[in-house]
Amino acid sequence: MKSVLALPAGPWRWALAVAAVLAAPLVITSGYLLGIAIVIGIHTPVVLGLILLMNYAGQVSLGQAAFYGLGAYTAGILTATYKWPPLVALAAAVLVPGAVAAVVGRPLLRLREQYLALATLGLGILVFIGFNEAKVLTGGPSGLLGIPYFSLGPLVFDRDVKFFHLVWLINVGLFWLAGNLVRSPAGRALRAIHDSEVAAQAVGIDTGWWKWQVLIFSALLAGLAGGLYAFYVCFVSPSPFGLVASIQFVLMAVLGGGSVWGALWGAAAVTVLVEVLRAVVPLIHRGAGGEFEIIGLGVLLVALLLWRHTGGREPLQALRRYCGRPWRLLPGAARGNPGPDRAQRGR
Amino acid sequence: MDLGSQLLQYSFAGLTLGSIYALVALAFVTTFSITGILNLAMGEFLTFGALLAVSLLGAGLPLPLACAVAVCLVALLGGLMERVAVRPVLGAPPLVPVMVTIGLAVSLRGVALLAWGTDTYTLPAFSAGESLRVGGAALALQSLWVLGFLVLVLVGLFVFFDYTLTGKAVRACMINRTAAELLGVRPERMSFCSFVASGALGAAAGILITPITLATYDLGFMLGLKGFIGAVVGGLTSVPGAVAGGLLLGLLEAFGAGLVASGMKDVVAMLVLLAVLLVRPTGIFGLGRGREA
Amino acid sequence: MRRGEILALIGPNGAGKTTIFNLLTGLLVPDRGFIRLEGRLLNGLPPYEIAGLGVARTFQNLQLFPSMTVLENVLVGLHLELSVGFWRGLVSRNGRALPEADKRARSLLLRLGLEGVADRPVGELPPGQQRLVEMARAMVSGPRLLLLDEPTAGLDAGETRGLTSFLKELRASGQVAVVLVEHHMETVMEVADRVVALHFGRVIAEGPPDQVQRDPAVVEAYLGA
Repeated sequence: MKSVLALPAGPWRWALAVAAVLAAPLVITSGYLLGIAIVIGIHTPVVLGLILLMNYAGQVSLGQAAFYGLGAYTAGILTATYKWPPLVALAAAVLVPGAVAAVVGRPLLRLREQYLALATLGLGILVFIGFNEAKVLTGGPSGLLGIPYFSLGPLVFDRDVKFFHLVWLINVGLFWLAGNLVRSPAGRALRAIHDSEVAAQAVGIDTGWWKWQVLIFSALLAGLAGGLYAFYVCFVSPSPFGLVASIQFVLMAVLGGGSVWGALWGAAAVTVLVEVLRAVVPLIHRGAGGEFEIIGLGVLLVALLLWRHTGGREPLQALRRYCGRPWRLLPGAARGNPGPDRAQRGR
Repeated sequence: MDLGSQLLQYSFAGLTLGSIYALVALAFVTTFSITGILNLAMGEFLTFGALLAVSLLGAGLPLPLACAVAVCLVALLGGLMERVAVRPVLGAPPLVPVMVTIGLAVSLRGVALLAWGTDTYTLPAFSAGESLRVGGAALALQSLWVLGFLVLVLVGLFVFFDYTLTGKAVRACMINRTAAELLGVRPERMSFCSFVASGALGAAAGILITPITLATYDLGFMLGLKGFIGAVVGGLTSVPGAVAGGLLLGLLEAFGAGLVASGMKDVVAMLVLLAVLLVRPTGIFGLGRGREA
Repeated sequence: MRRGEILALIGPNGAGKTTIFNLLTGLLVPDRGFIRLEGRLLNGLPPYEIAGLGVARTFQNLQLFPSMTVLENVLVGLHLELSVGFWRGLVSRNGRALPEADKRARSLLLRLGLEGVADRPVGELPPGQQRLVEMARAMVSGPRLLLLDEPTAGLDAGETRGLTSFLKELRASGQVAVVLVEHHMETVMEVADRVVALHFGRVIAEGPPDQVQRDPAVVEAYLGA
């Protein structure tokens, strides 16, 4: 992955990226593929924020879809119901989730890993319920219609090509920001926090504050993505912002790996995978629909985590062992076998 | 119904549902105190327990047998889960097993959706008959089964922990795994058994509640989550705490939904979760460290 | 303590030596008593603030940053001088004064004999060198109080000699007060101005090294009751 992007350094790299974005629709001629590329572009900021949160600050969020949804609903409600100008509404879509993260984040981040995961889970569900229940504001489960196209003055983004440019130019900008952050002393501070909070504090880093800022930033990014979603689909309902979506984003972040660019690959890989499943599965099992998508998501996440944290060969080895002799599955049967638990004792 | 009867009615509903939460909370505490892992796929044990029982019943088995077989199958599922997906990642940073269980939960949910679709299913109540009338409120017979089962489980656990050697070994493991290991207790076996037991408990809970609330493919999700919240309230490492937490949550929900609005049910649970995590992550009854210095 | 003084904390395991470090750096809050740094009360301050006042430490169980190189680990020690904060970091790539910081870090690594591995990931180094990296990280910001938790653990004889002479240089410069937790008696004898012996959380002896070494209470504590 590094080789493709280790292009001429400095401003040339960004100029090249901008040019590539502008030129891409000439190459991607299929409307379907262009649409997928736009969706990937909408998911990317969320994943970027999540990667910064997980791999740089070492915190996890299982409720990122809440910020995403808050952004979408903010943009939608402000333009559809209150007729605000789209640009201002998009700005609000960015800031509202950020404000929520600012308020809720400080106390939340004091929790240790597993408890933080759960708190974000609860928060995500709470917000999702809010979307469903606040019918007057959000239209409830049936959703909010009538969101206009995004416009910047006379420029109206009513065609996929224009929206593609909008989304991906924004993404280029976001990657520029993230790249700066990562290469600056701030980025080092974040990595320090991820590696050893105790040591980070010992050199003067206010770890609580830094984690808080990353959370706010990730909420801002997710909110931006949500706003873009609203202006693309021109309709918002609660269903894309539930727990499954949060897990999807986590999967994208885990798949994408540790670097900032991973956001792109992770978002692309999972989005494409979901599309493939959607297209292929009905051919194999008529009448089947979203179930396989969900199963695939879960299995992929599990497999990925197992693979990454047991060195890659263990699950296959274990599988071979068990398939040959299923009674080995029972405890005690593994005596005399240097099983995984022996190696991992003393965590 | 006058206010007194209404409140009594809410109490019955709250205790019934709360008992289910308490059972689930017990299952969480069992696995967490022995393995240190939060099994977020717990809810699926309820779903599969209930739906398997329904299918077995439909296949012709008598009700008690269908339930028993379903419980055994899900217990096996729990054990399988532990072996294949949880043990390999025990050494990883603490978040990884949790994420693995989430992935499992999602996959299992998809499987349930695939196998049983989005229909609702039901089981006949365990004893036929009219609900009892107590003080102007109705107490369904199934509720008595639920409460009764909880009492049975608690008595069983009490006897197990205090009067049997294995039970004491498990207690030792829950308190201090390393020390227990040094004394000859084998944590891998404990870990496996805790997952099997939690599978059985979860399945039983799912089966018990189905005659009252009906079963669908996502029955387990919210029930599991709320049972988990009950466990958090109780401190995640304490058995009485888990039961108290589950019952308390059930009561809060029933009163919230009854007195405020029915949509509030889930909100109550989430607010309780956030409140406990923010104020006292170690739970109202428990010990354990949830917060940094 | 005075600047330029080296104090050694000795005592059997569990006596409370690392606890003192944790108290001094704010990881633990004292129930009673006061901790002062040049007149400033430290009780109850969060660890990062105490670090900002010039207190630096190393850890008994080595807390390095494995995702970074040796040089980067040391540069984190200069965080307070270099950082422009999170939000400015989004738009500006370098903190102020980065080239100068780089030089300072490298010259420190040179003094400790680590200049050859400056750009290697810190996880690849042998434990002895890793300890030196941690020391460099603690020292690069020019702290007033340096707390070293078992600095000779894992060092071979040659490295230990290097460390002792380095500590003597520190003392000679008169800039920093050093507290050592140490089990290695030769180092203590050679380097310490004062020794405090702890046993079960109590001070059982205090004074110049040779006096403490001969103290009967200390001998008994070490040889076991």
